Amino acid sequence: MTERFDAIVIGAGHNGLVCATLLAKARKRVLVLEANEQVGGAAVTRDFAEGFSVSTCAHLLYQLQPAVSKELGIEPRLAANDLATIALDTSGQHVRLAGDDVSGVGGADRTSYREFRKRMTRFADLLNGHLNAAPPRLGTSDRKDIFKLAKLGFDIRRLGREEMQEFLRLIGMNIYDELDERFESDLLKGALALDAVLGTHLGPRSPNTLMTYLYRLAGNHGRLSVPEGGMGDLTGMLAQAARTAGATVRVAKPVRRIVVNNGRVTGVETEDGESFESLTVISNADPKRTVLELVGARHVETGFAQRINRLRASGNAAKLHLALEGLPAIKGLEDADYGQRLVIAPDEHYVERAFNPAKYGEYSPEPVAEITFPSVHDPSLAPDGKHVLSATLQYTPYSLRSGWDGGARTAFLERVMKTLALYMPDLEGQIVARELLTPVDIEREFHITGGHWHHVELSLDQFMFVRPVSGAAQYAMPLDGLYLCGAGTHPGGGVSGAPGRNAARTILSREKSR
Amino acid sequence: MTDKDKVPSGRDEVPLARDKVPLARDKVPLARDKVPQGRLQTPFYPKLKRVDTLDKWHEWKGYTAADALYCEDMEYFAIRNATAVFDLTPMTKYRITGPDACDYLDRLVTRDMHKVAPGRVAYAVWCDDQGQVIDDGTIFHLRDGEYRLCSQERHLAWLEASAIGFDVTIRHETEEVAALAVQGPTSFSVLDKLGLDGLGDLKPFGLTHFDFEGAELMISRTGFTGDLGYELWIEPAKAEALWDALFEAGKLHGIRAIGTNALEMARIEAGFMAAYHEFLPADETVRTGRSRSPLELGLDWLVDFKKPNFNGRRALAEERRRGSAWRLVKLDIEGNKPAHNAYIFAKPKNNKSEIGFITSAHWSPVCKQNIALGTVRMPHGKPGDTVWVEIYYQREMHWNRMMAAAKVVDKPFWFPKRRSATPPGPY
Repeated sequence: MTERFDAIVIGAGHNGLVCATLLAKARKRVLVLEANEQVGGAAVTRDFAEGFSVSTCAHLLYQLQPAVSKELGIEPRLAANDLATIALDTSGQHVRLAGDDVSGVGGADRTSYREFRKRMTRFADLLNGHLNAAPPRLGTSDRKDIFKLAKLGFDIRRLGREEMQEFLRLIGMNIYDELDERFESDLLKGALALDAVLGTHLGPRSPNTLMTYLYRLAGNHGRLSVPEGGMGDLTGMLAQAARTAGATVRVAKPVRRIVVNNGRVTGVETEDGESFESLTVISNADPKRTVLELVGARHVETGFAQRINRLRASGNAAKLHLALEGLPAIKGLEDADYGQRLVIAPDEHYVERAFNPAKYGEYSPEPVAEITFPSVHDPSLAPDGKHVLSATLQYTPYSLRSGWDGGARTAFLERVMKTLALYMPDLEGQIVARELLTPVDIEREFHITGGHWHHVELSLDQFMFVRPVSGAAQYAMPLDGLYLCGAGTHPGGGVSGAPGRNAARTILSREKSR
Repeated sequence: MTDKDKVPSGRDEVPLARDKVPLARDKVPLARDKVPQGRLQTPFYPKLKRVDTLDKWHEWKGYTAADALYCEDMEYFAIRNATAVFDLTPMTKYRITGPDACDYLDRLVTRDMHKVAPGRVAYAVWCDDQGQVIDDGTIFHLRDGEYRLCSQERHLAWLEASAIGFDVTIRHETEEVAALAVQGPTSFSVLDKLGLDGLGDLKPFGLTHFDFEGAELMISRTGFTGDLGYELWIEPAKAEALWDALFEAGKLHGIRAIGTNALEMARIEAGFMAAYHEFLPADETVRTGRSRSPLELGLDWLVDFKKPNFNGRRALAEERRRGSAWRLVKLDIEGNKPAHNAYIFAKPKNNKSEIGFITSAHWSPVCKQNIALGTVRMPHGKPGDTVWVEIYYQREMHWNRMMAAAKVVDKPFWFPKRRSATPPGPY
C-alpha cells in the first residue's frame, strides 16, 4: 500500500524545509523527498578535497528573513558577522565598505554613500514588507488582494512626495546611471555594481538592476555573515526543525514524476518506483522542472506551459573552490581583512564589459569575482593552518556556445587564475586542489534547470505579481493540489526562506477558507 | 455598342505590343520578380477563371477566391438542387503526426479524440487557457496516428505552443493539398460515375482513399452546406485533371462551380457558425467579453468534461458552474426583410436595452424563411422563446424600421434526410 501524506514537499532545499516545517507545525503529515544524499539543496557544505570543505553554492548568509528564524525557532550559528566588503585594487589602494560607511574614497563619496545607503535601506525596507507575503493577484475583486495592492501603493506614497518620486524613478532603472551620477570612485562604483548583478544574467546597465540591488538589501540591509560549518549547518538545522515538528525527511529519493489523476495532483512517484499519495504536492524545484518535467506540459494549459517554457532561467554565475596551503599575499591588505568579503570589480565599466561576452554565449575573459576565505573564521573547513578560497565568478553563461565540456573549462580556469593573480600573485603556488562549478554543473548536481541562483531571472517582468509567471504568482499552480515554494517564486532566490514561508502560509490559509 | 467595341480585340491571335517588347528586367532578373506579390492562385484557378464571367474576387487567407462566378442565385441552387463544386484549397491545413498525435489533439480540443477512429473526421473546437474559442475546424484521422487539422484561420504558433511536452510533428500543408467541396443532392451520383468503388458505404464524417491517375485521392463525407456532400483532397499536380474528370462525370447531373457567397447562404441554413461572424478568434480580441466560449456557442455537446484535461477545461468548468454570459441562437424571423446587423430585443416595445445582435442573416430560398444566427445575453433566447429583431431597410431612399418577431429554433433550418442517408440515393 502506498503511504499517504497531507503534503509532500519535493526537494529539501532551504525553502522546502522551511515550508515543510511550518506545515508540520500546523499538524500536517508532511513528507520531504530530497534527490541528493544531503539536505539543503544548493545551500550545503561539501568536501571538495581531502580535509577541505566549503559552502558549495551560496557562501554568505545575508538574506535570511528574521520572521523565518523566529517562526522556526532557529538561531543560525555564525562564525562571523557584519563582514565588510573590500573592493580590491591591484596597487593596494582598496576601498572598504562597512555598513553605512566607506573608506578609501574621497570625502564627497563618503557623504554620498551615506545618503545612498540611507535611501536604499529605506526602499529595501519598503520592499521587504512585501517580500514576506504572497503578492496580490491583479484584476480580481477579492478584498484581500485589493487590500494588499492598496497597501503597496500606500507604502510607496508614505515615503513622502519626493522619496516616492525617487522610488518610482529608480525601481525600474539600471544601477549604472545612478552610481555614475552619485560617485567618483571607480572601485566603489564597481563594488556596488557587482552587488546589483551578482547571481543574475544582467549587467550594471541592464534595466532593473537597482531593484536587484534593493532585493539584496531586503531583510537585513545586506549585512553579511559566515555560517559556522558552512551553509550546510544552517540547512541541517532547518531539517532538524522539520523533523522535530513531525515531518519525515528522506534523502536520496529523487522524484520521477508528480502524479496527476483526473486533472488534479494525487501524489508523487520516485525514481526507484515508490509511490506516495497526497492531495497537496509542493515543489521546491524550479518552475521549469516542476511543470515541464515532473508534471508534464500536457497536464496544464497551453498558455501556461508556454509561459513556463519561455521563462528566462539561464544561470550566469560559477563557483570556484580552492584548497590552499596558506593565504595568498594581497598587497595592502591587513591580516584581519582576509576574513572580509573581497570583490574584483575595479570599475563599473569593467563589470559591464565582463557581461558582454555572456550575452553571446561566451565566458568573460576578465571575470568579476566575489571572494571569501571562510576558513579564516571557521578553521573546521580546512586542515590546520590551511585555507579555503570560495569565489563566485560572475558571467559564466549556462549556454556556453562551445559547451562547458572539453577545453572550455580549462581555458576559463586559466583566465580566472590570471585575473586572480593580478591581486594575489602567489596564489597559484598555494593551491592544493580546486573545484569549478559552472551553471551546467550546478544544474546537474542540484537539479536547478539552467543553474540559476534565483531559479528564474530576477527581473521586473518575472517579479512580484508575475513571478514566475502570471497566473501562478501565489504559489498555487493552475493544477489542483500543486504548489511551488522555491526560489522561482516570489520573492526570489538567496538563502532567505521567504518563498518557503510564504508558500506554507498560502497553503494553510487556503485550507482555512475552504 | 459602338463600332469600336465590335472590333475583335485580336488579343488571342496577335500578341499585344507590350508582350513582345523585351523589358530591361527580362535580361536581369530582379529579386522582386521571384517573390510572389499579391494574391496566390489555387491549383484550380485556371478552371475557375474559365467559367468566371463576373470577375468578383476577394482575398481569402492569401489566395484569391471568387465571391461568385456567374450568378450567385444559380450557384446557390446548384448546392440545393444539383451539385456544386467549391474550391476550398485556401482552408488552413496542418498535418499532425508522431507517437503523441492523438494525445496532443485530445489536449488541444474539447472533445475526446481517442474516440475518433482512423478513417473518421471530427468537428472540433479549441480554446485558449480562459476557455474562449480560438477556432473551430475538422480533424481528419487519415491513418492510424496521422491527422489533418483543417480550419478557417492560421494557428501554427498556437499549435506549436500546444506541442510542448508532446512527441508530435506539425506541418503546415495548405499549399500542398488541393481541395474541392462537391456538395448537393446529386453529388454522390457524380462521384459514383468516377468509378469510386465503395463510396456509397461512406458514412457522414467518414473518409476514404482512392487512386486517381496514380495519385492518392482522399474523399471525406464532410461539408459546409448541411446537405449531402463530399470533400476531395489531392496533390496540386492532379488538381486540374480531377476537375475535368469531375465535370465530365457531372455533365448530366447539373454540376456547377460556385463562389463563396452561395456557400455562405447554405452555411447559415445549415446553422453552422463561422469565425468573424458568430465568434471572434480569442487571440484576435482585445477587449474582455468579446470572445466566446464553446458553451456560449451552443457547443456543449462538443465539450467533454469527462476528459481529465483539455485546454480551457478549468475555465469552462467554472463557466458551467456559474453560467454563461451569451447564447448563440437560430432565429426564424417574420417577414422577408433580411435582418442584417440588427439588434435583438426581449420585448417589441419599451425596451430598456437590447439583449443581443444578429451575426448572420439572409432570406432562405429553399426554406422560404427569413433566417438568422445571433448572439443574445443569457438567460434570453431559450428554444421556443420569441424575441424581437429591429430591422432597418431602405425603400426608395427612405429608411424604414420594423420590429419583427423572431422565434428561437432548436434545429438547423435545413437538414434533409439525404444528408445522412447511407448509401445516399441516386438523384
